[in-house]
Amino acid sequence: MKLRRKIYMVGGYNTISMGTGRKEFNPKIERPGLEYYIKEAGQGTLKQIGGAKNVDEGVIANFMAARFNYQGNLAGFMPYIDEGLTYKPCSRVEGACGSGALGLMSGIRSVLAETADVVLVIGTEVQNTVKAVYCADILAGAGWFKERKEGHAYFFPGKFSDRAGHYYEKFGKEKTRKAMAKWYVNAIENARLCPTAQEYSNTTKDLMAVGMMEPSPRSFVDNLNVFDCSKVSDGASAIAIVSEEGLKRCGIDKKDAIEVIGFGQAENDITKPPKELTKLDTTTAAVKKAFEMANITKEQIATVECHDCFTITGILAVEAIGFAEHGKGPDFVLEGNTSRTGKVPFNTTGGLVGWGHPTGATGVHQAVTILEQLTGKAGEAQINIPADRPYGLTINMGGDDKTLVSIVYKRG
Amino acid sequence: MDYVEKFENVSVLGAAGKMGSGILMLTAFEMADLSLKPENKGKTFTLHAIDVSQEALSGLLKNIKSQVLKNAEKNIVQLRKVYANRADLIENIDVINQYIGDVLKLIVPHTHIEASYKSTLIFEAIKEDPDLKVKVFKKINEINTLKPWFFTNTSSIPISYIDKEAKLEGRILGVHFYNPPAVQKLVEVIKSENTKPELHEFASMLIKNLRKIEVPSYDKAGFIGNGHFMRDALYGMEQATKLSTEMPFVEAIYDINKITQDYLIRPMGIFQLIDYVGIDVCQYIMKVMKPYVKDENIHSPLLDKFIELGVKGGQNADGSQKDGFLKYEKGKPVAIYDPAQKQYVAISDISAKCEQKLGAMPATVKPWKVVVGNPAKDEILKKYFAELKTMDTIGANLAKNYAKRSKEIGVKLVSNKVAYCDKDVNTVLLTGFFHAYGPINDYLN
Ligand SMILES: NC(=O)c1ccc[n+]([C@@H]2O[C@H](COP(=O)([O-])OP(=O)(O)OC[C@H]3O[C@@H](n4cnc5c(N)ncnc54)[C@H](O)[C@@H]3O)[C@@H](O)[C@H]2O)c1
Repeated sequence: MKLRRKIYMVGGYNTISMGTGRKEFNPKIERPGLEYYIKEAGQGTLKQIGGAKNVDEGVIANFMAARFNYQGNLAGFMPYIDEGLTYKPCSRVEGACGSGALGLMSGIRSVLAETADVVLVIGTEVQNTVKAVYCADILAGAGWFKERKEGHAYFFPGKFSDRAGHYYEKFGKEKTRKAMAKWYVNAIENARLCPTAQEYSNTTKDLMAVGMMEPSPRSFVDNLNVFDCSKVSDGASAIAIVSEEGLKRCGIDKKDAIEVIGFGQAENDITKPPKELTKLDTTTAAVKKAFEMANITKEQIATVECHDCFTITGILAVEAIGFAEHGKGPDFVLEGNTSRTGKVPFNTTGGLVGWGHPTGATGVHQAVTILEQLTGKAGEAQINIPADRPYGLTINMGGDDKTLVSIVYKRG
Repeated sequence: MDYVEKFENVSVLGAAGKMGSGILMLTAFEMADLSLKPENKGKTFTLHAIDVSQEALSGLLKNIKSQVLKNAEKNIVQLRKVYANRADLIENIDVINQYIGDVLKLIVPHTHIEASYKSTLIFEAIKEDPDLKVKVFKKINEINTLKPWFFTNTSSIPISYIDKEAKLEGRILGVHFYNPPAVQKLVEVIKSENTKPELHEFASMLIKNLRKIEVPSYDKAGFIGNGHFMRDALYGMEQATKLSTEMPFVEAIYDINKITQDYLIRPMGIFQLIDYVGIDVCQYIMKVMKPYVKDENIHSPLLDKFIELGVKGGQNADGSQKDGFLKYEKGKPVAIYDPAQKQYVAISDISAKCEQKLGAMPATVKPWKVVVGNPAKDEILKKYFAELKTMDTIGANLAKNYAKRSKEIGVKLVSNKVAYCDKDVNTVLLTGFFHAYGPINDYLN
């Protein structure tokens, strides 16, 4: 498949990822709600693209506002961002933690279909309305509800703990655990360079030791400690998806945009267990499609934003992309290849473990990070983008390797 | 002894009190665990919550509910296993609500002691009054025909004394929880001369199931915990009194409180700890201990003075700290009481002056919070005390003498047969008082 029209992304904006780790976070004090985050992110992007008048369509990506915030009909918040959006079309999309990228895909398709030249996509989740133990119930909705009863109290950590356990068995526990801890270290070191990151103010000295902490199965899961997990976050990210005409309309130079040169979307049966616990098959399928459409290879990738909902997932993603063969992901990470000074820096603002994981926002946040990195606007978190490897890759995942979107970008 | 059977009918006396409510809750958790085991299906379990104060009892159940909720949230991983066969309980929240119901239905509140006449197990946490405890035990034991076991939470009354006076024939054991029982890991266990071994066996099992740490103590007034704390507090008050002959009283209190907290790397200074326990409670415990300790005067004129002035410390019902030697804002000391002026003096007005007199702190000192859970704790402490040893400031000397006295108290608890060994003394201070190191150590040798 080929893109029949040029697609760009511009005007990225991230709110703070709020939750434990942020100095200003206090679970006992009332915090801003969903509407606040949608508005902040939406206005953040509108400001950069010449205002609401330039927008043809809106998309709001969100996973579980119906349970976290007792709120449905999220499309109705689009005009709340700016009166100028009243009567414009808007949809809300949902694909669990992969909602954000489904939002991007929805925008991309509208532009491809030539029914829009500028689509404002916002991803959001406000999760700190409930304690972790109930948050686990809500997030479990990303799996098949019929499996909930059999599942772990912390359903998804349980699922990925099982994956980690299998991986330990197959490829050695010590090395894998070390690589997971190293993943955590990279995440925090990157987050410390990004003011909106949840772990921005993390001052822990010996991150490796923290990452290596023994799991406590009595109160959590067998094979993961809490530092292996992504954060519980409130936040929103926004970006505009535009055609060449759209770029002109917004008065934005191509150099300040990223171009989508390939995407891969793949779905797997939510009622079926993974074929092989040590692999992310659906991720592999999505990335393959994205590379094919972009007509590039992994060697040309400068940076990756992957869906590290757990450190082990990050390692499995490294293998799914093909940077390391099956069983060698931990070595690749331990050799430093994924750190910010390595061969292919991953998750340069901390990813889900360090920046945060406002579930419905994550896919959009990844695009914003790639936009910043490829256009040289990542501030302190900026990495070097080699001229001969100008591409960025994102992987956003819903559920246990079920709802996948992978996108390849380059600077416009 | 059948562990489960013993739990089928249990009473907690003083159930609405500080300790009683905690013991009630822990007992309720254990009973709920038992009642939910498949093999115990069909058995009924009842937990009588007995307290003379109707008012306190009505607040109790609400409080218990929120505590059970917290416990359930914390233990959700285990609870899901317990309810694994309940197809209708799917989400964590379903399991948690069910558990709250299952715990609360065990508890029956009463204002009359009669409720305990059919109990086989009786936990007691009423006022620390030897006559009252004896009277209550005696009455229950006369009427209850089931030969119940009595577990008393007394902090200072010898168990043998209660045993004899109430004619319990060895069916009593000191099971001394620390405050708050739900949180504190330490339980001191004290046998009377006649305590039946079954009671001890049973208590050990319970303590283990509650995931707490058992330390045995001889049956000597005050046991290990208060045996050390009361003497340590007495020393602190004596030192402060001595200092106050050459400086204002509030400065003396500031100095000793700082020495005991910052220099000795403890979670709080000695005067804050006295306030935490309650000046009245400390006074009372000393009064109970005094007749049993012949070679020392377990009595503090300073405590008497504060009680006379109506300054008592202790905690409010919500767990917040009442003012005592120190005045608190958001749990932090901000002022010190001057008995002569009958008013508090702000710490910020005197601290700079005091600290100048005490001299510079050792450079290697670290706050208790940093040391207590630190894997390199021993190294840090060795280095710190080695430095302290070489220093000759007023502060360093006060601190060294304090540490030596604290050790002396510990050593004497062993030689006087209050504690079985050095390690038990240290365990009590480490786990019951959250010290970063035990008093019996070689840091200053
Ligand atoms: N507070 C502590 O730090 C602590 C620590 C360990 C042990 N203890 C010991 O625990 C016991 C209780 O102390 P507390 O601090 O919980 O006291 P408290 O005053 O908070 O509770 C005592 C409760 O007993 C009730 N009560 C009094 N007489 C009664 C009677 N005849 N029948 C039934 N209920 C009666 C009171 O209404 C009150 O609710 C004491 O023996 C004390 O020495 C206290």
